Amino acid sequence: MDYASFLHLTATEVGLSAIALVLLLVTAWTGAKAARGITIAAVAALFGALIFTVSLPNGGVPAEAFGGLIRADGFAMFAKSLIYLATIACLIVAPRYFESRGGFRGEYAVLMVFNAVGMGIMVSAVDLMALYVGLELSSLSSYVLASFARKDEKSSEAGLKYFILGGLASGIILYGMSLVYGFSGTTSYDGIRAAFTVDFSTGAMFGVVFVLAGLAFKVAAVPFHMWTPDVYEGAPTPVTAFFASAPKVAAVAMLVRMATGPFGGQVEAWQQIVIFAALASIVVGALGAIGQNNLKRLLAYSSINNVGFILIGLAAATAEGVSGVMVYLFIYVFMTIGSFVALLMLRDADGKALSTFDDISGLSTTSPVLAWCLLALMFSLAGIPPLFGFWGKFVVFQAAVQADMIALAAIGIAASVIGAFYYIKFIKVMFFDEPKGAAPAKAPVSHWAVLGLCVLVVSPLGYLLGPWLGEAADAAAHALFYAA
Amino acid sequence: MEFPILSLMLAVPLIAAIACLFLSASAARMTALFATLINLALGVLLWINYDIGGAQWQFTERAELFAGFSYALGIDGIALMLIMLSVFLMPICILASWDAITKRVGEYMSAFLLMEVLMIGVFAAQDLFLFYIFFEAGLIPMYLIIGVWGGDNRIYASYKFFLYTLLGSVLMLIAMLWMVNEAGTTDIPTLMQYDFPVDAQLWLWLAFFASFAVKMPMWPVHTWLPDAHVQAPTAGSVILAGVLLKLGGYGFIRFSLPMFPEASADLAWLVFGLSMVAVIYTSLVALVQEDMKKLIAYSSVAHMAIVTAGLFAFNVQGLEGAMMVMLGHGLVSGALFLCVGVIYDRLHTREIARYGGLSINMPKYALFFLLFTMASIGLPGTSNFIGEFLALAGIYEVSTFVTLVCTTGIILGAAYMLYLYRRVAFGEQKNADAAAMPDLNAREWAMLAPIAAAVLWMGVYPESFLAPMRQDIAALEARLASVAPHYDSEIAVGTPREKAANYVEFDGDKEGAH
Repeated sequence: MDYASFLHLTATEVGLSAIALVLLLVTAWTGAKAARGITIAAVAALFGALIFTVSLPNGGVPAEAFGGLIRADGFAMFAKSLIYLATIACLIVAPRYFESRGGFRGEYAVLMVFNAVGMGIMVSAVDLMALYVGLELSSLSSYVLASFARKDEKSSEAGLKYFILGGLASGIILYGMSLVYGFSGTTSYDGIRAAFTVDFSTGAMFGVVFVLAGLAFKVAAVPFHMWTPDVYEGAPTPVTAFFASAPKVAAVAMLVRMATGPFGGQVEAWQQIVIFAALASIVVGALGAIGQNNLKRLLAYSSINNVGFILIGLAAATAEGVSGVMVYLFIYVFMTIGSFVALLMLRDADGKALSTFDDISGLSTTSPVLAWCLLALMFSLAGIPPLFGFWGKFVVFQAAVQADMIALAAIGIAASVIGAFYYIKFIKVMFFDEPKGAAPAKAPVSHWAVLGLCVLVVSPLGYLLGPWLGEAADAAAHALFYAA
Repeated sequence: MEFPILSLMLAVPLIAAIACLFLSASAARMTALFATLINLALGVLLWINYDIGGAQWQFTERAELFAGFSYALGIDGIALMLIMLSVFLMPICILASWDAITKRVGEYMSAFLLMEVLMIGVFAAQDLFLFYIFFEAGLIPMYLIIGVWGGDNRIYASYKFFLYTLLGSVLMLIAMLWMVNEAGTTDIPTLMQYDFPVDAQLWLWLAFFASFAVKMPMWPVHTWLPDAHVQAPTAGSVILAGVLLKLGGYGFIRFSLPMFPEASADLAWLVFGLSMVAVIYTSLVALVQEDMKKLIAYSSVAHMAIVTAGLFAFNVQGLEGAMMVMLGHGLVSGALFLCVGVIYDRLHTREIARYGGLSINMPKYALFFLLFTMASIGLPGTSNFIGEFLALAGIYEVSTFVTLVCTTGIILGAAYMLYLYRRVAFGEQKNADAAAMPDLNAREWAMLAPIAAAVLWMGVYPESFLAPMRQDIAALEARLASVAPHYDSEIAVGTPREKAANYVEFDGDKEGAH
């Protein structure tokens, strides 16, 4: 292996970093005028990265770059494609959102691209140091993005909260990593696995638990979920859509890679933690949402709830489970981006966001198309067939049953009924109640396009993607279990 | 490759449903009526071409999809009859909503057509997960029908309907996943012959029971039904009572009994117990109702209890009777809801006391209402008599006591139905506005007359309906025969008499002594 092939394997990260730096310079010299152009350039760059990632011809056989720091395999490919896709969607909807309230700047796009680079490293890292670099690159740009609406107090508050709690979580992860390194003597995933197979002491166990706790914070799993509603509510809606999609994919993928890779020999050590986090997330996500009147907070709890289902797939600790996680993530990205884009389209003629249940009552008469789109998204989130969201739940529960974890599956699915309560409340408000407020203003085409695509995927037509998605997810899962 | 008639029957209403979303009110009504009539014609074609005594599964279609999941359709006689019931009731439902629904007509028709797709899909699905998708997806249109077009308390009713049925069916999904994992196939006909381990059957049976008991509905999880019925628009009630309740019975006959025979036998006492409570309790509750729809809703629960008891009798009469009650009840309770709808459209109240003496000003209506009332009671010559008689005969072979209780329920049924009829149609015309109501119009005739004809047909010549199902029920009975439970009807073999029963002691000495 030479540097040329290393660069080829990490071409998206290298390329995107270079483009982001160039765009940063352009922004510095042109100010807010060129913001739109920079966003378009960033979308184009990410789109190029997406195409490049998908067409990378190393399906199945993992290839490592830079002496085992980064691994390009089917798993990384799947996760990275999803991350780029979500980032692109959040970039497309941003300009019109910020322009209508002022304060759109080129840095938004630049930060998103840096974030994407960080996430790309997170999902493909096979060394603790590389992982941490990616994680921090992604997190630091996220903190800034959360407070992007500088004049909005809530946004600043969200950024600050995210920063403090995110910093704490990074610290916990780092502490865990140091313990893991201390007890295994290496930072490479394969090395840790080998070392732990020989000797897995209590200290190493502490390391694993700390790392998992930190990662649970990053994926917003209970009991480390408290920051989610506040940050999601305060951050500008396109940023919230982003937080709920791309970084979550990255964090889940990183968690899956760690759990099945370096800690893959000690499944018993982390399985109980994951099971607890899964069930607790489902229940807390569902119960917490019931009392909410603010739609963004509600969707924040919904994302906690969804993480619970994702973790059920991981708890199975099998290739089927990981495949289920990937399928769920794919569908989840479309559901969540669709819902948040629908929310940011909900604004009255003065540009004020319609952010509570009262504001959207009777939406089906004032804006029927938007209401039907939200109906599809909500039923999909609730996992009611024939919408595609059902398939995501189906595969993770299938994996759990195949791994003989029937009690987990039964409790999880029964708890999903609690979640259904607030999803159907959404529909009740839009369809059964009489309109109270003004009709939402016309939304720009770019928003409709993103929403339309998301609804198309979650609609029953999404099943047409089923065979392709299943294969890609299986390939991703087998890449992780390749060595094992 | 045969002509894919089942897929066509799914496609016609689906396309019409999508079209209705974009059409004006009158165009949507016509489209919906037209689509449902086409489906009725296709259904008749299906019945004509059904080869009685032929292969068990006919009109099969199969396309492999992904992840071991296939688009497999096919019907046996039981499914055929239930599909016929659905396609027969659908045009009538559309007619019933013709004038009653004025807001968002396109969406309403679309929801109904979607409902039809899903109902046919449930009965025709031969893949376990395809069945589940159709079964569960029915929640969405029904939730909207109750919530958007329902009565005053519609929101509570729609929530209750949705969450109750969802909670019931999610556990079934886990059971299905386990079964597929164990048996390695999603094919329903194969699973019906698969012998699951006996100790696992119990759990699987309970998971399925949770779903079907709610759908059925069985006491004590029936409470969603009166609310949903009362709040739903007339056509919604017809579909709920006519077809959706049959999903529970269909589930028992297709899944619980053939797939878990041992568990079914072990837990038959549970079903009998709940059925007995339901028959008596809901009949008594029906007796005191002031709201017509609520009364009929409770009567549905009582009738469905006869179905469950009949199914778990494990013999041919019981199973045939249960199927016939389901078909008969589908027609009769649907018709009764339509009868309520007819007068509700005129006076906008379901309160029994607001009517009275309708046979004077609405004689034709009173005639139809009387026919359906009698059919609901189970008068010989009407559809329900056949079903109830067979079901009770079947239950009697298993348990005399259960039969006794169920028969009492039928007597109570006569009481509440006749009492209802007396208060609505006979007596004085206390209320001037009710006395001024016009008789049936042509549209209402067109709704009620076909059902009346079907009710009489089923009552006079049930063979038409029993013949297609006979072979399938015999096959099911054969599968269940080895485990059939025996309760207090078990024949006890006594010691034989020494002499014939008419033997008189011969006393030769007294011969001719007088």
